[in-house]
Amino acid sequence: MMALATIGLLVFFLYPLCANVYLSFTNYDLASSPKWIGLRNYTYLFTQDPRVWHAARNTLWFVVILVPVRMVCSLGIALLLTRRKRASGFWRTLFYVPALVPPVASVVGFVFLFNPGTGPVNTLLKTFGIKGPLWFNDPSLSKPSLLLLGVWMMGDVMVIFLAALLDVPKDQYEAAELDGAGGRQKLWYITLPNISPVLLFSAVTGVIAALQYFTEAAVASSVANGKTGIDAGADQLLGYPNDSLLTYTQWMYVQGFSSFQLGYAAAMAVVLFVVAAAVMAVLLRKAGLFRRKGV
Amino acid sequence: MKSAISPRPVRRPPRPHRPGRPPRLGTALAALSATAALSLTGCAVGGGDGPVASTPPAHLSGTVQLWHHYSGREAEVIQSVVDDFEKKYPDVKVHVHSGQQDTKITQVVSSGGDVDAMITNVNATLGTACKTMADLTPYMRRDGVSTADFQGIFAQATAFDGRRCSLPTTSDVYGLYFNTALLAKAGYTQPPRTLAQLEDMALKLTTYNSDGSIKTLGFNPLVGFQQNTSATFGGTAGVTWMKDGDSAVASSPQWRRLIAWQRAFVKKIGYGKLKTFTAGLGDEWSANNAFQTGRIAMTLDGEWRVAFIQDQAKKLRYGTAPFPVLDGSGQKYGGGFVSAADIGIDKRSRHKEAAWALVKYIAADTDAAVKLANGVKNIPTLKSAAASPKLQAPVQYQTFIDASGSPASATSPVTEIGSTLTATMDNFWTTYQEGSGGDLTGGLKKVDRDINNALSLRRAK
Repeated sequence: MMALATIGLLVFFLYPLCANVYLSFTNYDLASSPKWIGLRNYTYLFTQDPRVWHAARNTLWFVVILVPVRMVCSLGIALLLTRRKRASGFWRTLFYVPALVPPVASVVGFVFLFNPGTGPVNTLLKTFGIKGPLWFNDPSLSKPSLLLLGVWMMGDVMVIFLAALLDVPKDQYEAAELDGAGGRQKLWYITLPNISPVLLFSAVTGVIAALQYFTEAAVASSVANGKTGIDAGADQLLGYPNDSLLTYTQWMYVQGFSSFQLGYAAAMAVVLFVVAAAVMAVLLRKAGLFRRKGV
Repeated sequence: MKSAISPRPVRRPPRPHRPGRPPRLGTALAALSATAALSLTGCAVGGGDGPVASTPPAHLSGTVQLWHHYSGREAEVIQSVVDDFEKKYPDVKVHVHSGQQDTKITQVVSSGGDVDAMITNVNATLGTACKTMADLTPYMRRDGVSTADFQGIFAQATAFDGRRCSLPTTSDVYGLYFNTALLAKAGYTQPPRTLAQLEDMALKLTTYNSDGSIKTLGFNPLVGFQQNTSATFGGTAGVTWMKDGDSAVASSPQWRRLIAWQRAFVKKIGYGKLKTFTAGLGDEWSANNAFQTGRIAMTLDGEWRVAFIQDQAKKLRYGTAPFPVLDGSGQKYGGGFVSAADIGIDKRSRHKEAAWALVKYIAADTDAAVKLANGVKNIPTLKSAAASPKLQAPVQYQTFIDASGSPASATSPVTEIGSTLTATMDNFWTTYQEGSGGDLTGGLKKVDRDINNALSLRRAK
């Protein structure tokens, strides 16, 4: 069994990884053999590519803002749900259901809801005399608009937190109450340390997902842009408005599969791999934050 | 190419080799990398143009694999043309792979897949795909097919880097659509011929709601709206994209004047108002298209809109005209931006003669070209097809047929970086029109730099 697993690892992980690293040093356009060009792809990536830093900044925004906000909101909702005694099943279902909606459908729905011209959100704001913003059509609001969507779809994280919270031993809370601990102290000294493995899991998977954030941003761009892909190339569809929703993986996709710059896309993939590994290493080192020392 | 950056070696004390132990991970990785390198180096598109028989074969047989990007109704049209070809050559079978985007076709070709003939998009793909295609010149010379049989601009655009690797099939031609009822209401009987006239009429045709938002728009000047792109707008102003293989947009006064005109126009209506109005419009490809519903009086669009209107808005009173030109740009009225699909033969095809027969039939047979154009609702690039009485051309469609043959028509250059060329300009322009673009000349110089850097990477050896 181990031999089979090793073969699988070599064929489906290590070989593609090595092939990708090799290709990152070549000029490869699919139509001709890869030509060794040394560090040229990396030089272009770090010093010449006009859109890659927009894409990297946007991706970083999703890592730094979207992941923590989703975690905090999920934890907040999960904590509230643990206190519900009546109709708890209904409330849990209500908060979890959005996570079951396919991401593409969710984004399309959100873009229509927040349509600045005809959307119900701006129509409602108008009735109160408020001029609604451009939402997905405004470069400064497009990412926060996706953040709203991310929070709405947080059921998957919320349900994991809920399970972890329900698993925290009750006697620890009782003992803490006898010692005069308040709500905040119980949260900090009992709840968070007990659910820290789940927090870590959520952070790690969330960061990995945010580094690879693609679908929601791509769909939001093309729907808000009014382009459907019938006549537009990927580089026209992605990033709208003004590259504010262009993520690193989208740009990598455009370079590889629209511009036929496979060598350059491979270099981008190598950099993403290194960054993801570094972020994971930092996260795992910090994982001892809530670990009780000397226990 | 030698890089200026050289990684500094990390010195480590050598580890003693222990016999009987499995090889270290580093060794395994090195071996894997070497294997990867060797196997990937074999990913070349081999084959070559090879000799071409001096006379066409007396009898054709075999199976030809045709790959193209059309799907749905359009794929059925291609299939019907292929069926006619098979009737003409009963011993040739054509296996059609429809709905395959250019990237997929290029991938299949590069991996040695079964491709004999392929239809791709010129501007986006030919700069890459041409390398994988056979040189058609000897076949054309032998069988009497001439580039003069096609509208000049398309014959030019379907060769790359001195290689006649493909022939044009159908084309998209862009022009102005105008709502005759709305224009008449505003006192206009003729469409605009210059961009200044277009702006003047558009401002008069624009109406507002009581809260100041746009009710109906004369013309939407925003780049990024439907078919408004640097390529389509550029085709109306005699702009220069490239010079001696490098980007030359900053040195083109037409670009500066065109962008300045567009930005001033946007400012007159208001960027925010235009964005809000645009976001609330129906889908471009549905019956709710803003021009078809009368929310926009004039629009820049391709010839296909005629068929859409016939299908979705039969009662619409409208006309078509060549798109207005930039005043004093030297651009002659009567043309417009055009783009084409092209057809070629895979270099490695083992049925080149049969594939050439198919290419010749689809591209250069008058009846086939007419059938294709009538079915797909595109403009034929073959002169004889454009002049054929069998071509179904309502009066509004004739504008585009005339424009396709006009010397004033233009397309964006075919380069190794494909649509990155125009996307780079679009990207700058969409930022600039918002009002945050800063210095126009500086911005255009950066566009030049970005395009040249991308070209340089692509040409790196």
